Amino acid sequence: MLTQYLPLFVVVPLAGAFLIPLLGRAWRYLADIVGNLVGAFLVAFSIYGLVTLAQGGQPVVYSLGSWGPRLGIVLVYDSLSALIVLIANLVGLPALLFSTRYLDRYTGRWKYYTLFMLLLAGLNGVALAGDIFNLFVFLEIAAVSSYALVAFGTGEEELEAGFKYMVMGEIAGMMVLVSIALLYARTSTLNMAEMSRALQAAGQTPFVWFVLGTMLVGFATKMALMPFHSWLPDAHLSAPAPVSAVLSGVFVKVLGIYAMSRIVFNVFGLTRATAPTFFNLLVGLGLFSLIVASLLAINQNNYKRLLAYSTISQIGYIILGFGIGSYWAIVGALFHILGHSVTKGLLFLASRSIERETGSREIGAISGLEKTMPVTSWSYIAGALSLAGIPPFAGFFSKLFIIVGAVAAKMYWLAIIAALFSVVTMGYMLKVINNVLFARKDREPTKAREAPFPILAALVILVVLALAFGIGFRPVLDSIIEPAARVLTGGLEYARMVLGG
Amino acid sequence: MLPFAACFLLFLLGLYAVVLKRNLIKMVIGFSLMQYSVNLLLAFVGFRHDAVAPIITRVGMTDNFVDPLPQALVLTAIVIGLATTALMLAFVMRIYEKYKTFDITEIRRLKG
Amino acid sequence: MTRGMTVIVQTIARLVAGMVFLYGGYIILHGHLTPGGGFAGGAIIAAAFILVSLAFGSVENVEQHRYTFSSVFESLGGLGFIILGLAGYFTGHAFLTNIWAGLGEPLELVSAGIIPFANIAIGIKVGAGLFAIFLALGASRFVMKE
Repeated sequence: MLTQYLPLFVVVPLAGAFLIPLLGRAWRYLADIVGNLVGAFLVAFSIYGLVTLAQGGQPVVYSLGSWGPRLGIVLVYDSLSALIVLIANLVGLPALLFSTRYLDRYTGRWKYYTLFMLLLAGLNGVALAGDIFNLFVFLEIAAVSSYALVAFGTGEEELEAGFKYMVMGEIAGMMVLVSIALLYARTSTLNMAEMSRALQAAGQTPFVWFVLGTMLVGFATKMALMPFHSWLPDAHLSAPAPVSAVLSGVFVKVLGIYAMSRIVFNVFGLTRATAPTFFNLLVGLGLFSLIVASLLAINQNNYKRLLAYSTISQIGYIILGFGIGSYWAIVGALFHILGHSVTKGLLFLASRSIERETGSREIGAISGLEKTMPVTSWSYIAGALSLAGIPPFAGFFSKLFIIVGAVAAKMYWLAIIAALFSVVTMGYMLKVINNVLFARKDREPTKAREAPFPILAALVILVVLALAFGIGFRPVLDSIIEPAARVLTGGLEYARMVLGG
Repeated sequence: MLPFAACFLLFLLGLYAVVLKRNLIKMVIGFSLMQYSVNLLLAFVGFRHDAVAPIITRVGMTDNFVDPLPQALVLTAIVIGLATTALMLAFVMRIYEKYKTFDITEIRRLKG
Repeated sequence: MTRGMTVIVQTIARLVAGMVFLYGGYIILHGHLTPGGGFAGGAIIAAAFILVSLAFGSVENVEQHRYTFSSVFESLGGLGFIILGLAGYFTGHAFLTNIWAGLGEPLELVSAGIIPFANIAIGIKVGAGLFAIFLALGASRFVMKE
């Protein structure tokens, strides 16, 4: 069934995006209903696909229009794509659920849902694209809708943040397009599998490094790696909370990390053994992000901005894992993509829920919410613990595997730094927990009411997921993460899987 | 090599406008320049000597065609460029409504 | 005060608009035979609409329903394309399969299976979408109110 219905991952949200303007005008809550139905369908379908693969199903190569992989557009659904699609939709559904109440203070409900559906279509499309130009097209669909979503409030701050984000994002997109054009000029194909064979035949020339460099700049901007990060804190601060959750939890990972790792490992076929310089560069960039963004996060007085910097530092962790390049480090990086997306989605939604009730984003202005908003507060605490890497939450195991990978690759100092900055993460999360959620003795708790049901439901879903991925890390590892890691470490096996033979 | 150098030059011109110009509209024009340069690059990639446009105008035609794929890519890139330019202009208009100016130095309220 | 531009522009627009519209339709309908297709033809059709509304109406006073109308047509065009893509499913092939036809006959208008219909859907979407963008940019005040 998966072999036949694979395009539905993209087609259903696109159809939703075109249906919502028609239905949402008639009765505005129809937009909510259609949006959430699409989200639920995508979650169910991605879980179904994952189970099919885990039970020994073969990776699916779907030829659009029955043209075959050499002539037409292919969608590829292997373990790595399955993981990424699952993440995108697992965070997408709670965000949609949260949106139902979040949008109460905005007009233009159907516009929001249309853009959100396009964002989901783009994210799923990037994860499934089997040729490099469609990857770019889906990347742009997701990016353009995210620019508009960041500025959805159309206040002064929102517009500025959106414009700044758009300027950086579009330069990045153009970089990616240039490198795609150059790759096509060299290999005369756009299919990633064929391209990897052609590049393998050509060997490592300066041309390859040039293309890789332009691509790295483009994707590093998309994933907000440290020298290219400056759009992210503003964008997170201004975006509606569900969009922040998707942006930080999924968007940077799919558009930046997934696309880059797919191209580096499966198309260029690089490994630490064949290209140590490039992987050391990744380690350097990852470390830089990890250290500097963590230190910047400590200084923030705005709890949403703090979370944004925390996202940048966690992206540093993931890139560090890929840069170390050993099997367990890649497993850890992929696990961290999964764990962090759920965790950060949870934290953004919870902090928006706090802001909604108290009307303030400053850490010093609120205190003692644990009494008045218990569910929100404890969800936030669960997210913070997971982010800091406290067992039994998902964040613990992902960081553990990155550290294990560093030790296995005999990079002990990297292991030490990774462990140390896990403590720093705990530090800045404790700053929020101590000041905002628990009351200091000399201060009255801020008056607030508990958030309404759909918001709480979204939070609880994400807490349960963060716990489930932590407690059940063994089956998650065996059936989801390790097959995905094997796709990456398998390198050029990808070409054989897509083209056969 | 010369066409590629020209593309690169055009790209740099666009980048210069985006990064250094103070007027928002000029930044958008810079973006358009960058898009055109990438489109031009894609079109050059498909070029072949002594070839004709890949359109079949009579039955059984087997001339030497230029590579049609980059042209399809250019078309797609133009569509994407249209969407981004329109959105960017919308941003600029809304910013102008708020601030009554196109000067970016008077607008920058957010920092790094 | 009269609405729109001077009488010179209005006269020329009256003469030209229909032809521009027809040309756009031609580009869309012959998209599978000659250069062009849904996007190019849709852009030309949008140009015809934009010409008329620039020449005969003041942009600030565009009625709300025109924007709604073009936005609805844009959605319908997109849905139409998806339904054409799904048509491949109903006949047991892959998504977006070109049912009813092989590769098409050169220079034969009724050929190439669903591709002319896909071009029409895209043409509607692009024409309506571009006109909606024009209205939204030209008259953002009322779009904001919605």
